[in-house]
Amino acid sequence: MSLELRGITKTFGSFIANDEINLRVETGQIHAILGENGAGKSTLMNIVYGLLKADSGELLVDEKIINISEPSDALSAGIGMVHQHFMLIPVFTVAENIVLGHEKTGKFGALDIETARSAIREVSKDFGFEVDPDAIVETLPVGIQQKVEIIRALIYEAKVLILDEPTAVLTPQETDELLKTMRELKAKGTSIIFITHKLREVREVADQITIIRRGKVVGAVSPQTSEGELASLMVGRTVDLAPEKIKHKVGEPILVAKDLTVRDALGNAVVKKVNFHVNEGEVLAVAGVQGNGQSELARALINLEDHVEGSILLGGNELRGKSIYASLHAGIAFIPESRELDGLVGSFSIAENLILDLHDQAPYTKGITLSAGVVLAEAEKKVKEFDIRSQSVSDAVSTLSGGNKQKVVIARELSRPVKVLVASQPTRGLDVGSIEFVHERILAERDAGRGVILFSTELDEVMALADRIAVMYRGEILDIVDSKVTREELGLLMAGVASKKASA
Amino acid sequence: MSEIRSSVEKRRLRGVVVITLLSSLSFLYFGFISPGKNKTTFGFVLNNEWVLIKEWIIASATGVKIFSGISLVASVLAILAYRKRRQIVFPVGVATFGILMSFITWAASGKFIPLTGLLQGALLLAVPLIFGSMSGLICERSGVINIAIEGQLLASAFVSGVVASLTHKTIWGLIAAPIAGAAISFLLATFAIKFSVDQVILGFVLNVLVIGLTDFLYKKLLVPYQSTWNTAPTFGKIELPVLSKIPVLGPIFFSQSIVVYIMFAIVASITFALFKTKWGLRTRAIGEHPTAADTVGIDVNKLRFKNVIIAGLIAGVGGAYYTVGSVGAFGKEMTAGAGFIALAALIFGKWSPIGAVFAALLFGFADNLQSTLTIIGVSIPSEFMLMVPYIATIIAVTGLVGRVRAPAADGVPYLRGGAH
Amino acid sequence: MMRNSLSKFGQAIKLPGLSFGLAFTLTGFIIAFSDSKVLSKIGSPLEFIKSAGATAGNAYLALFQGSIFDINLTKSHNFFQGFYPLSETIVIATPLILTGLSVALAFKSGLFNIGAQGQFIFGAIGASYVGFHFHLPLVIHVIAAALAGMALASIWGGAVGLLKAKTGAHEVILTIMMNYIAGYFILWTLKTSQFLRPGRIDPIAPEVNQSARLPLLAGANLRIHAGIFIALAAALFVWWLLTKTTIGYKFRAVGANGQAAKTAGISVPFVLTATMAICGALAGLGGAVQVLGSEHALNADIAGSFGFDAITVALLGRAQPLGTVFAALLFGALHAGGRTMQSNTGVPLDIVLVTQALIVLFIAAPTFVRFIFRLKKLNSSAGLTSKGWNG
Repeated sequence: MSLELRGITKTFGSFIANDEINLRVETGQIHAILGENGAGKSTLMNIVYGLLKADSGELLVDEKIINISEPSDALSAGIGMVHQHFMLIPVFTVAENIVLGHEKTGKFGALDIETARSAIREVSKDFGFEVDPDAIVETLPVGIQQKVEIIRALIYEAKVLILDEPTAVLTPQETDELLKTMRELKAKGTSIIFITHKLREVREVADQITIIRRGKVVGAVSPQTSEGELASLMVGRTVDLAPEKIKHKVGEPILVAKDLTVRDALGNAVVKKVNFHVNEGEVLAVAGVQGNGQSELARALINLEDHVEGSILLGGNELRGKSIYASLHAGIAFIPESRELDGLVGSFSIAENLILDLHDQAPYTKGITLSAGVVLAEAEKKVKEFDIRSQSVSDAVSTLSGGNKQKVVIARELSRPVKVLVASQPTRGLDVGSIEFVHERILAERDAGRGVILFSTELDEVMALADRIAVMYRGEILDIVDSKVTREELGLLMAGVASKKASA
Repeated sequence: MSEIRSSVEKRRLRGVVVITLLSSLSFLYFGFISPGKNKTTFGFVLNNEWVLIKEWIIASATGVKIFSGISLVASVLAILAYRKRRQIVFPVGVATFGILMSFITWAASGKFIPLTGLLQGALLLAVPLIFGSMSGLICERSGVINIAIEGQLLASAFVSGVVASLTHKTIWGLIAAPIAGAAISFLLATFAIKFSVDQVILGFVLNVLVIGLTDFLYKKLLVPYQSTWNTAPTFGKIELPVLSKIPVLGPIFFSQSIVVYIMFAIVASITFALFKTKWGLRTRAIGEHPTAADTVGIDVNKLRFKNVIIAGLIAGVGGAYYTVGSVGAFGKEMTAGAGFIALAALIFGKWSPIGAVFAALLFGFADNLQSTLTIIGVSIPSEFMLMVPYIATIIAVTGLVGRVRAPAADGVPYLRGGAH
Repeated sequence: MMRNSLSKFGQAIKLPGLSFGLAFTLTGFIIAFSDSKVLSKIGSPLEFIKSAGATAGNAYLALFQGSIFDINLTKSHNFFQGFYPLSETIVIATPLILTGLSVALAFKSGLFNIGAQGQFIFGAIGASYVGFHFHLPLVIHVIAAALAGMALASIWGGAVGLLKAKTGAHEVILTIMMNYIAGYFILWTLKTSQFLRPGRIDPIAPEVNQSARLPLLAGANLRIHAGIFIALAAALFVWWLLTKTTIGYKFRAVGANGQAAKTAGISVPFVLTATMAICGALAGLGGAVQVLGSEHALNADIAGSFGFDAITVALLGRAQPLGTVFAALLFGALHAGGRTMQSNTGVPLDIVLVTQALIVLFIAAPTFVRFIFRLKKLNSSAGLTSKGWNG
């Protein structure tokens, strides 16, 4: 089945997310759509899938114009989708999830789950998946959850399968498995739209590549195109994602974690007895596939987690069990994983957000009242220093772009006396310009002699910034290696294969 | 054993500790410190059912020791079950029963307790609570918070009373009531789903609206023209052959008005439908993860709308119970907060149909025990007995017994394409 | 410039204005169509419309007479007495301002305080007990009684915040349940020997001593008392607390995004507990003022529906202190006027509940009002957002 998009345009207010997009996916072709965060890839696919309505443009399946205004239209047209954020009901079983929306019923309207069970087993066998139809989805690892989504599309005979950033949550090995599955599907005649911003994967598997930048198609190229060319097409200028790292002297250990264990609300250990330290003037990167305990470990370092055992020593002082406030004011700067949820109060002004941690300290407060004048004056200074682009410091922070929001968070966190900077996925969802700014800032802190702990799932980022790399897998730090490690070695570690060499 | 117990484990542990303490306390206080001096008589016969035992007379102090003993044993079993990480619901339930019976045996020392009557009354008081909690259940499982149960009950009680009075037919009252309940639901659904109004505020405002409207019409029409507007006939009891003759159970369950039988049918149907049918699967899906349901082609807001209306119909039958189902005439604000106790039952029952029914029965029992004890002349401040449902709910939501988890998307309006 | 700010003002007032209009129109229909005289004229459309208009018009006239100024009273007594209705409006509005502030402040911290009713009750119990049990000098007695009420209510309210902080229980459910418990508690209290008035068996406590009463402001014929100044001062206090202090900053930060506030080191349990304790104190002060200012003796129905109306008051006032004051005065007027309307025109007082509910419904649903009047979407801030049980 072929799928063609003609002149798709979609705006949100004054923002043009998709601008006259044309592309054509041939039968049995893997068509990659490559673009930066925020380029408009997901919007485009949500339009194809009927979750959003285009302002103008048309969709053609096998040369015929079709109207898709609901996901059910897309499904009946043979379009299936594996979403970036899985569309599965966490408390349902695999089979219940597969049945949902396509229910068959028997006596008294009772659900028929059995048919779905055997269909799941059948498809699993065909592709060599190990999926238990009766497992509750929320108990499954993300890799398996993704397979459930693929199985669902296959059972309902999708002829065009959209994969939206499917490798973001996978280990390199799982990624290879997925690419293999994609080739098998292609061999069986399924067309695939593969959405990603990872150049290596695209070149490996795609038959055709369409590049989108700021909502527009800026190139249609073959997979033989070099990574450098793809990157510059994607960003619109030549980029060098590896910032310059000057040699420097590493100091004494400043933060030491001993036998640190973090448990979730159900009592399961999500971080298991990890030991590491970071020195002054050093970037320790914590790498790993998303969901292996990094988020919890990062949060535990400032006591944001409730159930923590072990020891966190900052300059020799125990921080574990103290309040968040105490951790922050002892000298930890924290860039949380989600700036919107954890970093900023959206309805507060930029100025108010800049004092979220310091509002009850001089010079911002006198007695119990806030000194409005000082707050504004300090905010003006910070906005200049960190190049935060806004009309006024009194604007609500929610009106800023992602990059500028992150600058507000960084500006605030670095306004206290800092010994260690803990940054959790600090460039997630940012455009390349902002990523460069964040990277420079992180290295500047390192060069100024502070310890930096960088949690990142982006291998490129880890390799570019780190002095040492700790790899987390299922809550454990498998190894801490030198930054000269190869991609392949890191990949193996991230997949849980411990290596004895290259230890640092 | 790990250093830190998880919060679920902590709550389970707290539950076990509390029940053990209460059992011991009841054993010591009712049995030894302040034992009843006389005999307690339990009556088992209410109507003309077959007689198995007519009365059971026991010295109050002995009875207490027996029942408290049962609860102590059950508490020990609960501790064992907890240590083996097994379910503790059953032993805790038995222990609760033992404590309750000890209390009754102690309080009614020297008195006659009509046990069958007590239980039958408890069921009757629970009827509107059960209807109300089923209404809340269907709404909240679909992801719409329903605080307007009180309004649904009151509006339908009013309408069924008036319609039955004007037509002189109970059946028209029973037919009109669900329509009134659905009308309130229509407002709830429209404003919550179409206009995304905060559902707690909305439910609250709808209650005020219904209270104001029924109070107004009551004074304006029902009081001055009582003979035409407020003299609703009532349904008689239907004694099911054979079943109603079963000792104890017969009078409680099988000698009731049509409304109670409808309730049995509704509870059974909801339990089946919610977990075994297409409708149920989709309803639970839109309450947990509406976006996921949308992507498989389910029209989330349409199903939510439909379910809120169904919930109104169910609450409506519960409203009819107040008038044509029991006393006939409508009284000002006659539901007296039952809608909120129904909400409490829903939460106490952890958003499950069976759980909600048991919670409602427990609340009905506490209420009826209070009035029974007052009638037989036991001097316990009735106010404290009346607080039981509310205190129980607070205990439930603060996690003293088990974990309570609302449907994940409960109360969150669904707007497609929020992210891009 | 002038035109610009005028049109801005017009935009700001447009939606509330339309909501009021819609609510009063609907109420008018209900009043007219439930009147037997009006209904009897259904045969001739012209007569019917005239009669319906007259009925609703009369009712609203009586509502005004009963809430602001009554010319008849100036004839029978003196000019001053003509303001008796206004005095009544303020007497009813006084506790409403305080309970309304309690709900409004909670909104700012992201909490929905349905518990003002229970907090009011404990405030009334505390003030009543200190008021009749002790003999203290003037001024000091009033203050002591009010503080006692506030302290009790503050504990009762603060418990909600503490329970929410420690166990994650939803405050709406907690406060609904605690209102009922408070309701039964006062019934029991009034039966105890401490509170039973000598020589009475019905649930009424002794009157508070003269020294514990708030002074009347306009002579013995008008009930208006100094409580209104307390209420206005409380509104000023809440405004100051929220906008000028670090505590208010914490409250607002937690209310707007609790997770971000927590990550930045603000103690959420402290904010929840402190907010609810202050909210409890405010509503409790309402109960105290009601006892010390107008009722003078605790009775089972002391709280009326002040705690529940407080929610509609706070919603109508957009959770702003000044807005809450105006909303409370409006609802005070509706209640005071409703009594006159009931006695003069036979339209039951309860209709004002309907008006009240409709106003708040329309204010809370700006999209609905826009939809009805086919207005374009403005860039105004959304209403109070829905978070659900888990949020």
